[in-house]
Amino acid sequence: MATSMATKEELKARIEAAIPGASAEVRGDDGHHFEAVVTAPTFAGLSRIAQHRLVYDVFDGELGGRIHALALQTKAD
Amino acid sequence: MSDETQNPLREAIEDAIRSNDVILFMKGTPEQPMCGFSARTAGALQALEVPFAAVDILPDPRIRQELSALSNWPTIPQLFVRGELVGGCDIVTEMYESGELAELLGAEQPNDAAPAEAGQPAPLSIENRLS
Repeated sequence: MATSMATKEELKARIEAAIPGASAEVRGDDGHHFEAVVTAPTFAGLSRIAQHRLVYDVFDGELGGRIHALALQTKAD
Repeated sequence: MSDETQNPLREAIEDAIRSNDVILFMKGTPEQPMCGFSARTAGALQALEVPFAAVDILPDPRIRQELSALSNWPTIPQLFVRGELVGGCDIVTEMYESGELAELLGAEQPNDAAPAEAGQPAPLSIENRLS
């Protein structure tokens, strides 16, 4: 297969590897639609837009494609 | 470099954002949304009874490309208020529920600030009865 199916474990690992100090709770078992709650100290003082961009950047070019949807909630602490 | 300033579609999008205080780029229309995320976002604005402009991005894939390139935001829907990107479905829903969206838009928060759902309440209530 050219593209493997995304899993919640993969998303969790990639978010936590890319954002310093982040912890991510990811749900979703259909390979395309996911929900994530991401907590990271680096979010402190950032607007919601900026916080979400940091997470979206982890999946640059994959959102809307391989990962159809990632519902996101971000927290600083 | 000069290509960016000679891009009529990009200019049309920028102009639409500039000339509408509240503008939602979505899949489908507020009356007939083609995606649940777009439906929920439009539903929040409708619940606040705020007039807004809506642009359906589906007819031409270049609209989405240009919009995401200029907003640096990968997903649809996208809500802009007074020229600034507020966010997509998650942020708008969170702000609706907390009352921040009403505040930003100078609207009154409905007493019943249940999670916004656009249109079709009927199928939902059927599901609720079954569960």
